Amino acid sequence: MTAVGAIAFVLFHYVGDPVEMMVGVEDSAEMRVELRERLGLNDPAPVQFIRFIGDVATGNLGVSYRTRQPVAELIFSRLPATLELVFCATIFALGTGIPLGVAAALYRGRWTGYLADLTTLVGISMPTFMTGTLLIFLFAVTFPILPSFGRGEVVKIGWWTTGFLTVSGLKSLILPSVTLGLFQLTMIMRLMRGEMLETLRSDFIKFQHARGLSTRRIHFRHALRNSLMPVITVSGMQFGALLAFSIVTESVFQWPGVGLLFVQSVNNVDVPVMAAYLMIVAAFFVTINLVVDLLYYYIDPRLKSGLQGRRA
Amino acid sequence: MMTETPILSVRDLSVSFAQFDRTISAVHTASFDVARGEVLGIVGESGAGKSLTSMAIVGLIPPPGYIEATSITLEGRPIHNLGPKEIRSVRGRDIGVIFQDPLTSLDPLFTIGDQLIETICTHLPLTVPEARSRAIDLLIEVGIPAPEQRLQSYPHELSGGMRQRVVIALALCAEPKLVIADEPTTALDVSIQAQIIALLLRLCRERGMSIILVTHDMGVIAEAADRVAVMYAGRIVEVGKTRQVVKNARHPYTRGLMGAIPKIGQPRTKLAQISGSMPRPGTEFEGCAFAERCAVAEAKCRSLRPQLLTVDDSYVACHVAASGVGA
Ligand SMILES: Nc1ncnc2c1ncn2[C@@H]1O[C@H](COP(=O)(O)OP(=O)(O)OP(=O)(O)O)[C@@H](O)[C@H]1O
Ligand SMILES: [Mg+2]
Repeated sequence: MTAVGAIAFVLFHYVGDPVEMMVGVEDSAEMRVELRERLGLNDPAPVQFIRFIGDVATGNLGVSYRTRQPVAELIFSRLPATLELVFCATIFALGTGIPLGVAAALYRGRWTGYLADLTTLVGISMPTFMTGTLLIFLFAVTFPILPSFGRGEVVKIGWWTTGFLTVSGLKSLILPSVTLGLFQLTMIMRLMRGEMLETLRSDFIKFQHARGLSTRRIHFRHALRNSLMPVITVSGMQFGALLAFSIVTESVFQWPGVGLLFVQSVNNVDVPVMAAYLMIVAAFFVTINLVVDLLYYYIDPRLKSGLQGRRA
Repeated sequence: MMTETPILSVRDLSVSFAQFDRTISAVHTASFDVARGEVLGIVGESGAGKSLTSMAIVGLIPPPGYIEATSITLEGRPIHNLGPKEIRSVRGRDIGVIFQDPLTSLDPLFTIGDQLIETICTHLPLTVPEARSRAIDLLIEVGIPAPEQRLQSYPHELSGGMRQRVVIALALCAEPKLVIADEPTTALDVSIQAQIIALLLRLCRERGMSIILVTHDMGVIAEAADRVAVMYAGRIVEVGKTRQVVKNARHPYTRGLMGAIPKIGQPRTKLAQISGSMPRPGTEFEGCAFAERCAVAEAKCRSLRPQLLTVDDSYVACHVAASGVGA
């Protein structure tokens, strides 16, 4: 985290002079100097960095150079949109990718299997902006059944705004989620297929066949569960990637999330916002890895007892 | 000697693998019987087709492999042409199978109890609590201490020997009539091997079960098997009473195997006493597969394939033995 903070700081320290962006053409030189002083931009870099870290640690992410709003406020108002989008994309990717992967493994060599293979090929080779544009063209222009931009109506719950509670909100989620999740879906499907084939070859599956357990039981109770571990790891790590990928999707769909905010802040050299965005994405990466690890302990008894063994 | 119907009777069993351009025949017209309560050993060096033969009996040859047989009967009932559902009810219920490696034979994500109860419920009309108490009984029988706690254990919490005991319990869940044990002790510590073999023999004797014991350890065969079938390059080359075969082997290959019978429990010398190597499956040749390595081979051996013929009390596929010179 600190490393990411350092990178974010260094990156944006030299990106450009924010003062140039903030002041008007007619402002005097004295005003510029005064503004620099107030923003602490005249201090040496290490001092600025320490202050930056200290501020971040206390939750003070600074003030947007452009809107003069506190960055934290700005980001937190946009965060729900992105998180809901990424969440739906993940659900979509897992919910479709796992069954497809299992089908591809079980029906390998038959047309169902080939169909699944073809789907992944398409998914993996299409860039996100193209998928997005194509989907908009199909479902918003040719058949105008789904909205092509924005979040629709949202409901406020505390500081969180959700699109889950209104029809237009839910409808608006569909296209961006599919667009964002498609790449991850193909990853999950291919991984699931590979893991499943691997597991089906293993000795304990053979022994289960030899004990006369039903094929359905062997496939869906034993093989599936044994194949799921790596898939969970990767989707966990991909969750972070989705957060990053959401920049493109949010731009295509004008989704009012942090990704779009980031794109806007880059255009405006709004350094505090950019830095804060990176910090928050990094924070999510770390949190999610932790959650995935905890999930492991839940699923795999070998790790559980390893933990107890170490404690004892 | 076989007056009553044998438990298992195999006639002309072949296992082949379809490959791109040709078909490899890995087991060739194997025929043998297993009597009630009998222990039949199958020996032969690595790649001889022992595992394929035993798996073919329960229809567990993975594609592209396929089985051909004149007949395989279990107590007189043909089982070689059953549908997937019927053969599944034979597996586990009529024929139990034990694999070589106890470390990888159990599902790592399920407890011992889960796996036992699941298997019991598949074959017997019991409720879960009944299956549970049967699982405990089984664990006691295979000599696992504190069985009730063991039910909650995961496979990785048990030692190799313990795991193989669990595997045996799993194979015996439904009181099968025949147990096929494919090298059940190869992966285990030498000191535990004898225990596991003894356990297996005791359990089967008690229940009147028959065993097919696959191994490449002549020492195990000599101690455990009533009869022995020797396989070489996908064919059975000699079948006979263990005593007979050990003392007075007819086939030159068997005699080579007998060259060094290690005592059970000692480190095994692999069956490399005979120079040369076994022809790989799919190699085309006429005559006897062993001719190239055989010390007493004649011209006939290279041109004409020997058939399994009665010589005294056993069956031997060898021209030399049949003509009485090699005996
Ligand atoms: N899937 C397969 N495709 C092609 N050939 C195979 C396949 N499985 C096994 N074989 C061949 O069949 C032969 C017999 O294999 P099998 O496993 O029965 O040997 P084995 O006697 O059990 O040897 P081991 O003592 O090493 O277990 C081997 O030589 C192998 O090359
Ligand atoms: Mg084998």
